[in-house]
Amino acid sequence: MENIKQIIVDLLPEAVFEEKEKLTVIVEPTDLRRLIKLLYDNKDLPFDYLVYLIGMDWGEKLGVIYLLSSSTDTSKEIVIKTGTADRENPLLYTVTDFYETAHLNEREVYAMYGIRFINNPDMRRFLLNDDWVGFPMRKDYDGDPAINPVSVVSKDIIDKAPRIMETPEGLKEEIVNVFEPDDYLINIGPQHPSTHGVMHFRTALNGEVVKKIDIHSGYIHRGIEKLSESLMYPQILHFTDRLDYLSANINRHALCMCVEKAAGIEVPLRAQYIRTIMDELNRMSSHLLAWSAQTNDLGATTAFIYGMREREMILDIFDKTCGGRLIINQNVIGGVMFDIYADFQKDVKAFIPYMREKLKEYDRFFSHNVIALGRMVKIGILSRQDAISYGVTGPAGRASGWACDVRKYQPYALYDQVEFKEIIRNESDSYARYLNRLDEIEESLKIIEQLIDNIPEGEHLAKTKAIIRLPEGEYYQGVEAGKGLFGVYIESRGDKTPYRLKFRSPSLSLVSVMPLICKNEKISDFIGIGGSMDYVIPDIDR
Amino acid sequence: MEMKNISIKGIPNEEFNENEYLENYIEELKANGVNIVLSNLDDMINWGRSNSIWPLIFATSCCGIEFMSAAAAHHDIARFGMEVTRNSPRQADLMLVAGTIVHKMAPLLKRVYDQMAEPKYVLAMGGCAISGGPFVNSYHVVNGVDEIIPVDVYVPGCPPRPEALFYGLLQLQRKIKVEEFLKRPGKKKSKKSE
Repeated sequence: MENIKQIIVDLLPEAVFEEKEKLTVIVEPTDLRRLIKLLYDNKDLPFDYLVYLIGMDWGEKLGVIYLLSSSTDTSKEIVIKTGTADRENPLLYTVTDFYETAHLNEREVYAMYGIRFINNPDMRRFLLNDDWVGFPMRKDYDGDPAINPVSVVSKDIIDKAPRIMETPEGLKEEIVNVFEPDDYLINIGPQHPSTHGVMHFRTALNGEVVKKIDIHSGYIHRGIEKLSESLMYPQILHFTDRLDYLSANINRHALCMCVEKAAGIEVPLRAQYIRTIMDELNRMSSHLLAWSAQTNDLGATTAFIYGMREREMILDIFDKTCGGRLIINQNVIGGVMFDIYADFQKDVKAFIPYMREKLKEYDRFFSHNVIALGRMVKIGILSRQDAISYGVTGPAGRASGWACDVRKYQPYALYDQVEFKEIIRNESDSYARYLNRLDEIEESLKIIEQLIDNIPEGEHLAKTKAIIRLPEGEYYQGVEAGKGLFGVYIESRGDKTPYRLKFRSPSLSLVSVMPLICKNEKISDFIGIGGSMDYVIPDIDR
Repeated sequence: MEMKNISIKGIPNEEFNENEYLENYIEELKANGVNIVLSNLDDMINWGRSNSIWPLIFATSCCGIEFMSAAAAHHDIARFGMEVTRNSPRQADLMLVAGTIVHKMAPLLKRVYDQMAEPKYVLAMGGCAISGGPFVNSYHVVNGVDEIIPVDVYVPGCPPRPEALFYGLLQLQRKIKVEEFLKRPGKKKSKKSE
């Protein structure tokens, strides 16, 4: 990374470096694109993967933090910050042409902070309605409910997108049509059983072939990031469970680790074992639900019942451990809230061979079914390059041949001490994503097998201060959730509440890629592809 | 009039913890000029209605997954005649609001509710649907669906277990069983108390 620093200095001698956990560069908005181009085109280590795009209100400045990484080595990271002091009409330059994932993220930053991005082709607000008054994530936002009252009047959706483009004559504001005038439009969602939540896809059809999809989100935007800014760290924990509720325990693990890292809390080894095992159980339950929902989407209702049957056994183990089923409130700062119960090992060990048997059963009655194959093989192709550009991680990213497992490349908890295979396929279609999940269940079983007999005696919860204050600084922590990289970013100013908390949602990438991979597919396959991507909407909307 | 024994799946009245609400409900019905079940024909119709409630799942978040668990084999909602989940509001009797309702969703919730045919019922599942739950202080969350639509049964929990959901659904069945479905012709309605 030293030579990276050198080439940045060569390009931008006036750039400011900060000695933080990660290499951090502060640049002027006008220099941002030059720097990103340099890093993107860097031969030895191309920074072609935008992990986080975080809107910020530093008080005197509004700005954005970019965390870039390389698809060839996701452990190499660089942070770029830029900002503008203009609060009335803040403008920054887009990076959408380098990273497609920036598109929706920049729209979200616009909705939350009011920063518009020059040259972003579509600058509508993401998550919030167009007529929302104020920018909620700004520190001076007026949260009076009278300003934005609850309305039950349905509004028409106007498919017109404002944008600011840079032309030789200067900046030009214009409004463009999202669809062509004679497009045949249908709405899929927000209240639709096959969108896996309240997602709204405005779809232009050509016969029964998808021509264009426009994503509307925010039907479950709960303002978690803003709420967190007024809560203490232990009080925030439960929000993570309700983001991607299928990976509830894994998400919570990420936030706990981030706080522990910042506060310098040592987690007992026993807690690490319990966390890792619970994470893998949680991953299996997530993948089983994904499998069930996907087969259900393809019309196999019986398979849905089968998947839920196995999932229920995992939930029973959760239930006995801590009383929760879906949302288990197990991880807390410093360890786990409850120790495992007496028969935990016995139950888990009984589950492992049972699950192996069932995986064979799934394989026998669904994976080679001719109808299933017809609806998955060579459908919804996502190339490796697009997966990286859109930031598609998790089983879906690995089905496109991209090695991006956080457990392998930035191991946390006990993942550096266990043997497991990173499942990678190159077919890039729905079927590869489908098989990846089933294979990952097998890998999870292997991980649990290696740990279950070796759980050491000792404390399950480290002693922490009653009020946890994090030292000033910026902290990142990523974990491999069921859907991909779930990340937490905390900026602390030495207080007991975070100054800024950002969750990096894996599902946002999965959804943002839908318009690309569904184009020119049949409308019925759109549902099947959605099932294979396995996104969770509250995770996107936060 | 005394409340008749409302039996659901052979479970007698005394087994339920909350009977007071049902008595209050009967009083309320009577005060508004609605007769409660007297005839055997009504009994029969209500037997059918309460045992084939077709729900529309308005699932926005976590509670929806617990509903899926409730619908799968382990808990098996089909025991109560409610497995026929409808995706069209026109065919549904019960709207099961499972999850947080936010500002952007509020008009849609109202619209779907308005599209349902009478008689219709609403079950608020989980803390968010009841009051906004953990997100009650958020700028974008509706503090309970009863601000928008009338709610018949509240099922607390975050998310409620399938068993809790079933208890709520049984309470709804009891509620349905006391209503008069057939309007007898010629019988004058008492005026609504002002």
